[in-house]
Amino acid sequence: MARQIGEVILDLQNVSLSFGGVNALIDISFDVREHEVRAIIGPNGAGKSSMLNVINGVYRPQAGEIILRGEHFRQMNPYKAASAGIARTFQNIALFKGMSVLDNIMTGRSLKMKANIFQQAFRTGVAKREELEHRAKVEEIIDFLEIQHIRKTPVGRLPYGLQKRVDLARALAMEPQILLLDEPMAGMNIEEKQDMSRFILDVNDQMGTTIVLIEHDMGVVMDISDRVVVLDYGKKIGDGSPDEVRGNPEVISAYLGASH
Amino acid sequence: MIYRENGQFKTSYAADQQIFPILQDRWAILGILVFAFVAVPLLADEYLFRAILIPFLILSLAALGVNLLVGYCGQITLGAGAFMAVGAYAAYNFFVRVDDMPLLAALLLGGATSAAVGVVFGVPSLRVRGLYLAVATLAAQFFWDWAFLRIKWFTNDSSSGSVSVSNLSAFGWDLESPTDVYLFCLLILVVFALLAKNMTRGAIGRQWMAIRDMDVAAEVIGIRPMYAKLSAFAVSSFFLGVAGGLWGFVHLGAWEPAAFSLDRSFQLLFMVIIGGLGSIMGSFFGAAFIVILPIFLNQMLPWLGDLVGVSISTAGVSHAEIMIFGALIVFFLIVEPHGIARLWSTAKEKLRLWPFPH
Amino acid sequence: MGFFLEVLIGGLMTGMLYSLVALGFVLIFKASGVFNFAQGAMVLFAALAMARFSEWIPGWLGIANPVVANILAFIIAAFIMFLVAWLIERLVLRHLVNQEGATLLMATLGIAYFIDGLGQTVFGSDIYKIDVGMPKEPVMVLQDVFAGGLLINKEDFIAALVAALLVAALALFFQKTSTGRALRAVADDHQAAQSIGIPLNRIWVIVWTVAGIVALVAGIIWGSKMGVQFSLVTVALRALPVVILGGLTSVPGAIIGGLIIGVGEKMSEVYLGPLVGGGIEIWFAYMLALVFLLFRPQGLFGEKIIDRV
Repeated sequence: MARQIGEVILDLQNVSLSFGGVNALIDISFDVREHEVRAIIGPNGAGKSSMLNVINGVYRPQAGEIILRGEHFRQMNPYKAASAGIARTFQNIALFKGMSVLDNIMTGRSLKMKANIFQQAFRTGVAKREELEHRAKVEEIIDFLEIQHIRKTPVGRLPYGLQKRVDLARALAMEPQILLLDEPMAGMNIEEKQDMSRFILDVNDQMGTTIVLIEHDMGVVMDISDRVVVLDYGKKIGDGSPDEVRGNPEVISAYLGASH
Repeated sequence: MIYRENGQFKTSYAADQQIFPILQDRWAILGILVFAFVAVPLLADEYLFRAILIPFLILSLAALGVNLLVGYCGQITLGAGAFMAVGAYAAYNFFVRVDDMPLLAALLLGGATSAAVGVVFGVPSLRVRGLYLAVATLAAQFFWDWAFLRIKWFTNDSSSGSVSVSNLSAFGWDLESPTDVYLFCLLILVVFALLAKNMTRGAIGRQWMAIRDMDVAAEVIGIRPMYAKLSAFAVSSFFLGVAGGLWGFVHLGAWEPAAFSLDRSFQLLFMVIIGGLGSIMGSFFGAAFIVILPIFLNQMLPWLGDLVGVSISTAGVSHAEIMIFGALIVFFLIVEPHGIARLWSTAKEKLRLWPFPH
Repeated sequence: MGFFLEVLIGGLMTGMLYSLVALGFVLIFKASGVFNFAQGAMVLFAALAMARFSEWIPGWLGIANPVVANILAFIIAAFIMFLVAWLIERLVLRHLVNQEGATLLMATLGIAYFIDGLGQTVFGSDIYKIDVGMPKEPVMVLQDVFAGGLLINKEDFIAALVAALLVAALALFFQKTSTGRALRAVADDHQAAQSIGIPLNRIWVIVWTVAGIVALVAGIIWGSKMGVQFSLVTVALRALPVVILGGLTSVPGAIIGGLIIGVGEKMSEVYLGPLVGGGIEIWFAYMLALVFLLFRPQGLFGEKIIDRV
């Protein structure tokens, strides 16, 4: 299935966010088109993670609007964002450390599981069937990300690279339309980065998932993204295709100034 | 029989999702059930029933309730005793005010009342967590301590909150001899333990654990913290309420609010810490440990004292007892935060590899 | 009006004592992130030590002068609180560094049980007296202003004064001395403080010792009011809502929270109690704190909690 970049699916307009007088984001606007890979780059402290947190409602912006498939929101909240098909991974892996890999990924199915608490307590036919159906779906994702061998392992015991993969698996279990990835390759070696890039492109390609990605590795960003937005000190200083951004003098100076 | 899972291949997800996926475990649990239902009533005497077995069963049920909330959902509570009290007094009211109210129905209604109250006192958990929540649950403890002492309606106008029930029977089964009471409690415990296990291995259990481990991430993947937390409070309080009802009705027979004081709340918390937070099995271990330890110390300490020529008074024993409890709590938190249940599973792990550990 | 003022002043004075116990919580929480449930047990333990040594010392040393005996007993009790602090650091805190707040809370519950048991094993479990010469009789003041004047309990008044002085001294200690500054640095960031050479373990011992001495003073005051007995432990339970109200990390919060709870308790008991059968002050304080929590989870003066992901 060849992917076809479509209409604007997510549009942020004039978003500003501050914490007790410190401006994290200043008047930022950018859009994301369906099926594209959209990268957010910028030096440390530029506001990239805050941007993702605004999109899925962990932070509430003071000004601006979030337009998701034509619907206007002053601010999101995490549950609403999840119901609207937005999933994400975390920079500092936020897995449920007391649970197995399988259970972690199963939590990603929470929104889709309908059996009520009584049906679950008595494990009635409905609950049992549902559990099996979703297990099958989760196993597909486990196969896709090649983590079959660790499915029963508690996530706390896994090496970093695999934890990142489980984090992605949990997000994928939500079958999201938009997937936000916060530095999915941070701290990985070349090989792991290549694996992760392949998974991201496969997700985008095979499932048609729109991807918004924060990444520090310029090589990776330029390789896999369709469009790039550049932040610096909470302001947007560049937006366009990888080539356009690469040639933008402001971007160059921000990066050289920050000695990257 | 050697403890092995080699050769036990699962060919379907259903087989993989059984409560006890390993064959030997299924036999073991069946053996324990047969022992508890058939052998114990034949072997135990009245003292064993009244002093150890019945308290153990009821407190196991209560510990299960606490464990669901604290161990699985990560919401610390210091007010567990209050919910036992609510269950006991609510069951009492249903029992004496409604004509021909069956015992079991009164107990379950008591549990349901406790669940509703639990939801109300769980509301602060939506705004605060950890330490602050612990203090909020103390509010429940002190409020209900007071309410059952002072509000006469709750206790059917009896003075200082002391009430009693008698002539208990369920489905035409008179609960008179300790054996009957034991079997009744055991039956309820087995059913409730199964329900708890089903919840914790199902979607709701995963939601609770997700909230416990990382609440922000849980919300981001579509778990509603409000539903997860309040449902944990409700289920936990339901278990506690039924346990409270049993404690009052069939164990004590006559009781007053002090039976469900702050000390009871702490005792239940200690059970789940020592037994194992986030483990169904651990709740049983913890309850057994805390029921048996004082009895053991009562025998042991004076004997030890005699050995070195010191006579230890009853008060001395009780002080030594709380010191040992305190030290054990700290010990477990430092050395084995997952409690006896983890020691148990480590032992099983070793057994699985035995005799070739490498 | 006169009666109302009496209730108000009574509440403020009790409140000051709550502040003192609450201060113990705040000190320890600031420096080690531990919500010390054992504070009540420490109050009892310290008071027991004080009571028993002031009783034993005249016999041991042949000192008849009660003032000297009391001073010696105070010094010994303070030293014992230092030992308790040192042992807690060595045996417990050291092994639980960087654990979650809830784990530490449960550990302090264990400590509380242990200290309760130990105190009663070593010092006995009867009711003991502490007599540091606090005047018992009430006095009338402001007879010119109000008809009948105001009836003030002298003992409460002195206790409140001592508590206020101690609170002020501690505030100064925190602000002005280098140890105080180190304490605040540790409170802000354990690792950063350690990396600039502040010895974490020693700081903890100091803080727990200070909290122990605060407990000792609180124990002496409460003990001379109501006798040294097991129920002293509940004084700490009454101070918990104070900390919640004031904010766990704020010294001024502990003081103002204490006063609010003190007054709220007395007012509710006097004006609301008779309507519902009395005895409401303990849960009333908790409910007050609870309602407050719903609107301001970090307390009056506590630092706002921001989730980072």
